[in-house]
Amino acid sequence: MSLKVENMPATQPIETRRMVASLEGVSKNYGPVRALRVVDFNVCAGEVVALLGPNGAGKTTAVKLLLGLMPPHNGRVRVFGRDPTNPENRKRTGAMLQVGRVPETLRVREHIDLFSSYYRKPMPLAEVLGAAGLEKLGERKFSDLSGGQRQRVLFALAICGDPDVLFLDEPTVGLDVEARHMLWEEIRRLVERGKTVLLTTHYLQEADTLADRIAVINQGAIIAQGTPAEIKAQTSGKKIRCITGLGIEMLRRISGVTEVREDREAVEIHAREAEPVVRELLARDPQLSGLEITSAGLEEAFLALTRNNGQNENQQN
Amino acid sequence: MSTATVALSTTPLESSPSHTAKVYFKEAKYEFLKNLRLRMYTASVLSFPLMFYVLFGLVLNSKEAIGGTRVPTYLIATYGTFGVMGASLFGTAAGLAADRGLGWLQLKRASPMPPFAYFIAKVVMSMIFSAMVVVALMVLGVSFGGVRMPIADFAKLLGTLVAGSLPFSAMGLAVGYFAGPTSAPPTINLIYLPMSFCSGLWVPFMFLPKVVRQIALVLPPYHLSQLALGIVGAGRHESVATHWEVLFAFTLICLGIARIGFQRDQEKMYG
Repeated sequence: MSLKVENMPATQPIETRRMVASLEGVSKNYGPVRALRVVDFNVCAGEVVALLGPNGAGKTTAVKLLLGLMPPHNGRVRVFGRDPTNPENRKRTGAMLQVGRVPETLRVREHIDLFSSYYRKPMPLAEVLGAAGLEKLGERKFSDLSGGQRQRVLFALAICGDPDVLFLDEPTVGLDVEARHMLWEEIRRLVERGKTVLLTTHYLQEADTLADRIAVINQGAIIAQGTPAEIKAQTSGKKIRCITGLGIEMLRRISGVTEVREDREAVEIHAREAEPVVRELLARDPQLSGLEITSAGLEEAFLALTRNNGQNENQQN
Repeated sequence: MSTATVALSTTPLESSPSHTAKVYFKEAKYEFLKNLRLRMYTASVLSFPLMFYVLFGLVLNSKEAIGGTRVPTYLIATYGTFGVMGASLFGTAAGLAADRGLGWLQLKRASPMPPFAYFIAKVVMSMIFSAMVVVALMVLGVSFGGVRMPIADFAKLLGTLVAGSLPFSAMGLAVGYFAGPTSAPPTINLIYLPMSFCSGLWVPFMFLPKVVRQIALVLPPYHLSQLALGIVGAGRHESVATHWEVLFAFTLICLGIARIGFQRDQEKMYG
C-alpha cells in the first residue's frame, strides 16, 4: 500500500484529484489558546490522510472544524465544496470522535440500528458488525464491553451509514495490536471501495503504514505535508552511530549535525547528510570505531520536525 | 479540473417524510429503552411517588378526606404531579448534561441526525414515563384505595398530568444545558424537592405555612397540581385558564434559556 504511493511522483496526484475537504487559512482559538494558526490542509477523493501530531497539537480541533461542530475564527472550511454544517454533507460523512460516555444501557446492535437510521443507504447490520469485528457482541450492552470493544463500536457507528468520507479522530487509541491491525485492514478496504479517510493519530507507525499522505501538525500549525517517504526525506537525513572519544559538545558543533545523543557506549548523531559529517569525524578521531549509518525513520523525522518547530517558536517569542 | 469538488456531481436525494418519521421514532424508542434499563432512573422516578402513595395514601390515611376529597384520590393528583416532575426533569436534564459534557452529543451532532430528533426523543420519553407513573398510581388507588371516578375523569387527569410533563421537560433541557455531567442530578434535586414541598405535593397545600403558600403561586408544580386536583374535585378552584397560562409561560421561558445554552454550546468547544 505505502509502496505504491512512495513510487508516485510527489507533486502530480494531489492537485489533479478532486478535493473532498479542506481547511483554507483556518485559525481557531479557545480563549487565549491558539489551537490552530492559519492552517491550510486538504483531503482528496480516495486517499487516506493522516494528521500526525503530539497531544494538544490541534488534531481534534481540525477534525471538529471539518465536521462542522464549530466555526473557525478565520479562514474557510469546506467539505464537498460546501459549508461543513450542510445536512447533505452529514449524510455522506462518518465520524469517530473521542467520546467520554456512550449511553451504556443500549446494546451494540441498537446503537448501530439508530445511527444507521440517520443515513439513506446504510450498510446491513451484519456487515457493520463484521467490519468492526463485533460479530459476537451485537447483543451486548455497551456497559459490558472492554475499552477496545467500545472503540470498535464507535468505529461501527462511523461506517454504518456507508459514507463517502470518514473523519476518524484517534481511531485506534486504546486498541491492542491485533485490533489495531484489523482496523487498518478495514480502513484499507474502505479506501478500495472509493472512500476517503482522514484520521488523526500520534502513532507514527500508523501514519506510515496507512496513509497516502501525512500532515504533521504541532502547536496548531502544519509543519510538514507529503507522502510518508517525502516526510522522511524532507527532514530526517541520516543517523550515524559510532564509538568515539570526541565530546558531545564538539560533535554538536560539526556543521550539518542536527542532534547528538549518547546511546550506551556509543553516540548517535543525526545529520542531514552523512558523508561530510563522517569525513569530519574520521579526521578528528582516528580511533573512531563501530561506525554505522542508517536512514532515519519517520520517528526521527517527526522528532526533528516538532523540535525545530518548537525552537522557532521560542526564537519568535 | 484542478481543485474541483465532487460535491454536486451526485444529486441529493430528498429525505422522504417517512424516513424522517422513522428517525424520530427510533430516536424516541431507544431513548425510552435506554432509560428504562437505567435502574437509577426508573428506581427514583417510579418508585418514590409510588412508595409515598402506598404509605401515605393507602396504609396511613386511606379513610381520611381533605376538603371533601378522599385522601387516596387526592394524593393521585399530587403524587402524580410529583412523579411527572421527577420523570421529566431527570429524563431530560441528567441525560443531556452527560451527553453534552462527555462528547456523545457532539458525535450525534456530527451525524446526519435531525437536530430536533434528539430533543423530541427526550420529551416523548419523559411523557411516557410520566404516563407510567400516573397510571400506576391510578391502578394502586383503584385496587387498594377504593378510588372511584368516571372513566372520563381518569382520562382527563392522565391527559392533564402528561401534558404537564412539558414544562418540566423544558426546564430539564435548560438545566441540562447549564449543568455539568455530575452536577446535573444534584442540581435537579435542589430544584425538584423544595418546589414539590412548597407546591403542596407532599403536605396538602392548606397545611403549609402562609409564606410558603405565597411562594407556591409562582411555582409551576403548584399550578399543575391544582389543575389535577380540580379534576378530582379538590384544590382551590382557581381559574383553570390561569394555571395553563402560567405553565405555558414557564415552558417558553425554559425553552428560551435552553436555547441560549444550545447556542453557547455551538460556539464554544468542550471535551
